[in-house]
Amino acid sequence: MSRDDIFEKIQEVLDEALGVDEDEVTPQASLTSDLGAESIDFLDIVFRLEKTFDFKISQGELFPENLTENPDWVADGNLTDAGLSMLKERMTHVDFASIEEGDRNISKIGDLITVNSLVNFVEIKLAG
Amino acid sequence: MRWLWIDCIVEYEADKRLVAIKNVSLAEDVLHDHVINGKPIMPFSLVIEGMAQTAGILVGTTSGFKEKVILAKIAKASLDSDVTAGDTLRYEAILERIDDAGASTSGIIDRRVARGDAWERIGKVELLFSHIDNNMAGTEFPKHNFVFSDNFKMILETAGLADLAE
Repeated sequence: MSRDDIFEKIQEVLDEALGVDEDEVTPQASLTSDLGAESIDFLDIVFRLEKTFDFKISQGELFPENLTENPDWVADGNLTDAGLSMLKERMTHVDFASIEEGDRNISKIGDLITVNSLVNFVEIKLAG
Repeated sequence: MRWLWIDCIVEYEADKRLVAIKNVSLAEDVLHDHVINGKPIMPFSLVIEGMAQTAGILVGTTSGFKEKVILAKIAKASLDSDVTAGDTLRYEAILERIDDAGASTSGIIDRRVARGDAWERIGKVELLFSHIDNNMAGTEFPKHNFVFSDNFKMILETAGLADLAE
């Protein structure tokens, strides 16, 4: 499946899960800040991606979860160097460049999940 | 006491589907507070609640009612016809996806009117449930399962499914 094909299917998934128009679903659009996704929508998106692309997604594989439970990863509400390294290693589909030097508040992490992240994720999963 | 919007379970297939019946009655005060053009109408929100309870029980059965199953999102809901006193609703909930974090269900609503003998399809509802002890934020909730009360156990017992709640 080509990257364009994946993108088109993800547009449909987000249209269904978030009620957004397909033209709002640009590659750079953030799921939370641009498309209005809330935490429960992430579960909806995971289920719809599994159904659409016929693969299983483990909890925490697509979106970071329970970061605050580990003090090595989050300190004073900010992602630590160890936390960032862990995320970069586990979530190769996400571009972490904007928080590497900037604001590391964990509330900003959700904003990093873009449509492009989802396309990357599906591409990696399909490649096996 | 939880307000039940289904009367009985009539079909159950483990991990797949559950069907419940609701008889709409003028004994329910809410119908008297929701009269449109002289006709008492069951609010759509409560029709959805009936499906949520049907689907919620189905999701609950998969863990032996250990998980706290909370309705988290109404993904889609449509109702083509008003529901009034004397009608019988048939909720069929189908388990689509489930994992540690939650579950998604699809569902269809059929209606049989008073003096009628045929079922007609009048609605569809897609729901998303959260297993709230596994929520993404890591928030902790009381250990006691406050979702599935004795009322639900009574419905299971009536349907001959009491062993599912043990």
